[in-house]
Amino acid sequence: MSVWLLALALMVPVLTMFYASISASSGVFSHLWQTVLPDYIQNTLLLGAWVVFLVIVFGVPSAAIISQTNVYGRRFLRWLLLLPLAMPAYLVAYLYTDLFDYAGPLQRFLRAQFDWQSPQDYWFFDIRTLAGAGVIIALVLFPYVYMLTRTAFEQQDKHLLRASRTLGFSAGQTLFKVSIPLARPAIAVAASLVLMETLADFATVQYFAVNTLTTAIYDTWLGYGDIAAANAIASVLTLLVFIVLVLEQRSRAHQQHQTNRPNQAQPLLQLTMWQNLLASGYCWLLVVAGFLLPMILLLAMAFDYSTGEQVVELLDTGVNSLTIAAYVATIATVLALVFASYRRFSQSKGKQLPLQISGFGYAIPGTVLAMAMLATFGPLDHWLNDLAASMEWQQPGLILSGTIFAIVIALVVRFIAIANGTLASGYDQIAKSLDYAPASLGVSLPKAVGRVHLPLLRPSIFVAWLLVFVEAMKELPAVLLLRPFNFDTLSTHIYQLISDERLEQGALGAILIVAFGLLPIIWLNKEKAQS
Amino acid sequence: MKKLLVGLALISASFVSMAKEVNVYSYRQPFLVEPLFAKFTEQTGIKVNVVFAKKGMAERLAREGKHSPADVLLTTDISRLIELHDKNLLQAVDSKTLTEAIPAQFRASDDTWYALTTRVRNIYSAKRMGEHAFTYEELADPKYKGKICTRSGKHPYNVALVAAMINHHGEAETLNWLKGVKANLARKPQGNDRGQVQAIHQGLCDISIGNSYYFGKMLTDKKQKVWADAVHINFPNQAGVGAHVNISGVAMAKHAPHQDNAKALMEFLVSVPAQELYAETNMEYPVRVGVKRSDLVASWGEFKADDLSLEKIAEQRKKALMLIDQAKFDL
Repeated sequence: MSVWLLALALMVPVLTMFYASISASSGVFSHLWQTVLPDYIQNTLLLGAWVVFLVIVFGVPSAAIISQTNVYGRRFLRWLLLLPLAMPAYLVAYLYTDLFDYAGPLQRFLRAQFDWQSPQDYWFFDIRTLAGAGVIIALVLFPYVYMLTRTAFEQQDKHLLRASRTLGFSAGQTLFKVSIPLARPAIAVAASLVLMETLADFATVQYFAVNTLTTAIYDTWLGYGDIAAANAIASVLTLLVFIVLVLEQRSRAHQQHQTNRPNQAQPLLQLTMWQNLLASGYCWLLVVAGFLLPMILLLAMAFDYSTGEQVVELLDTGVNSLTIAAYVATIATVLALVFASYRRFSQSKGKQLPLQISGFGYAIPGTVLAMAMLATFGPLDHWLNDLAASMEWQQPGLILSGTIFAIVIALVVRFIAIANGTLASGYDQIAKSLDYAPASLGVSLPKAVGRVHLPLLRPSIFVAWLLVFVEAMKELPAVLLLRPFNFDTLSTHIYQLISDERLEQGALGAILIVAFGLLPIIWLNKEKAQS
Repeated sequence: MKKLLVGLALISASFVSMAKEVNVYSYRQPFLVEPLFAKFTEQTGIKVNVVFAKKGMAERLAREGKHSPADVLLTTDISRLIELHDKNLLQAVDSKTLTEAIPAQFRASDDTWYALTTRVRNIYSAKRMGEHAFTYEELADPKYKGKICTRSGKHPYNVALVAAMINHHGEAETLNWLKGVKANLARKPQGNDRGQVQAIHQGLCDISIGNSYYFGKMLTDKKQKVWADAVHINFPNQAGVGAHVNISGVAMAKHAPHQDNAKALMEFLVSVPAQELYAETNMEYPVRVGVKRSDLVASWGEFKADDLSLEKIAEQRKKALMLIDQAKFDL
């Protein structure tokens, strides 16, 4: 019961949003519908599909290469492929636009080389398009797919793979007929996380001049001043995502995955030299495009524009970011563990639901979510203050909606879906038989979970914490709106400079975000290597 | 939990209890206003606390209601001030200092908001085009096909311009104008005002629309100077109604807990030293009559400003947005 209450508590902002959309008038809607909304919807669907396609194309092969072959540099690539996660998409968008734009150095160089005078003289891809936006978003989000799929591959029952080979399947056939189908829950979870993140994105698509449903949300709210209609569009978006998730889960409802007899002795697939070059080249391409190149651009800017004093000044800001991210990651992981365990062990019919509904917040654009937090905690604050006044205590002020409390809760609501997905797919990798074995030995369930499941879940718990931590570090719109006075995080710091078209001076802060995101990734890698 | 509540109460209480302070919600960039605040604190001993945000500030204020810690609101454009006003989040400030410093057309008729600076929506043109007296209207002329660059039509600066067009020409003609400009665009609306000048420098287009102060900022930036050097800054419609002007402004929150300090800050912001600082650091036009412009801004010459009232512009804002959507300007 208490699990349900917890899940519902996380749903409150979403319910607030639904509720607020009830009073939406049809005026703005019908105007939008007749003018731009069909284009926005089309763009949203195309972008979502394109990004999901790309992250699978980026993430699954790289996961297969790293976990199953003797690719060159495997030890490094294993964690290098995670690094793009630390890069905020809006930042990469900014950097790459600068680089590939008509006015950017690359096209300038080409024009100088070939003596082209105007854009009519040659063809060059336009990065500020839906396709370009999709590539950028996919480049920083594919590590979700890579990470969860790789974990799934590594925990797969190797006996099945051997059986497949014994029965005459080639290594490639085994991959497609056994490994990937077995990893499908992990791939699906990761892809749906990416989809939600994409649908909620505003900064990147805006920068690329791609109008999506988030554009419509902001237009109706800030432009037309109709917050109810904005909430309605956000609600539709959320429902859309929910439907996709349910359909996906339905489609594999009857599959049973029995695993967790990881056998380290499984030999790696030996690639020929050409295969090996191709495989490692593919991985390196992803690492370079998603991480190294943007990082080099940032370093060059920081070198040009930053001073030692700025580093010291930024430390406080950095501590704010770290504090918030650590709170959010810890709370989200603990809650997700509760939901995922409930899903695993409860006898009730709706055991899936707490996990599903608590993750709703992920598809909501950050600012809309922040508004929902204000709508939730604002009245609560007023009630507390009135109570204090009636008791003749000192009034506490806006202790819920006006402090980092609201930020932490908002980010937990937004990102718990990541922890939920990671831990649920982690549990799925643990054989059901392990649930019954302790009972037959007379060990109680909580004890069994503590002694058997949690140790097996440890990698997933770390992954969940890390992913939420990194996302919370990067989050911008909710923090921007909910923060108290004189309070900056690295993301708000960079945003302020970017919005004044001075990314150069924000480069240092951007490097710090990435660096702080890297620490847990490296730590995680060590942790996993030891276990 | 109890400890947490007490802790949070202490954090929030620290904002309420200190008497010598004033709390600012700012749509304006911190680095722009911080030098001003530093000077204010130096003069008065009043500490200034700032939170900077754009989207949702009005809703935050509304939700906080009578417990809101906000005293002073700083905005970058007229539509935000009117929004705050229409949501009944402001209070009138009765100050002779303010009314004497600021011309009547640049403050609310009910004293709820005051402009601090003005900025022109200029037309930038490539030097290779030669000199020309531009009008906003002629941007829809087919002779400029493929020659115009602009940021999103729905940016508040462009929306205000379109709202002014509606005031002068009516809806139908404005819609035609929008469609005409759209047909002349060299590329889909994107980027910011400076990015358009950069595109002119690179030869992608010849004409762009942008705020005046960006020109000054580009000229003083080591990387961007070459962009600005490639263009003329034009003050449109000089033979007609004059160039479209927008403002940045200030207002006092309805439930301001430190009203006296808030008033002191507002009055400081229109004082000569503060206005000079605005002019120097951000290249804007000071609203106070008689305050010197920065030398660079002054070098662009005198111009005729459209004297259409800001409240009238704000009235047409929503309509302007609908027309922009109708013309599918950004798509």
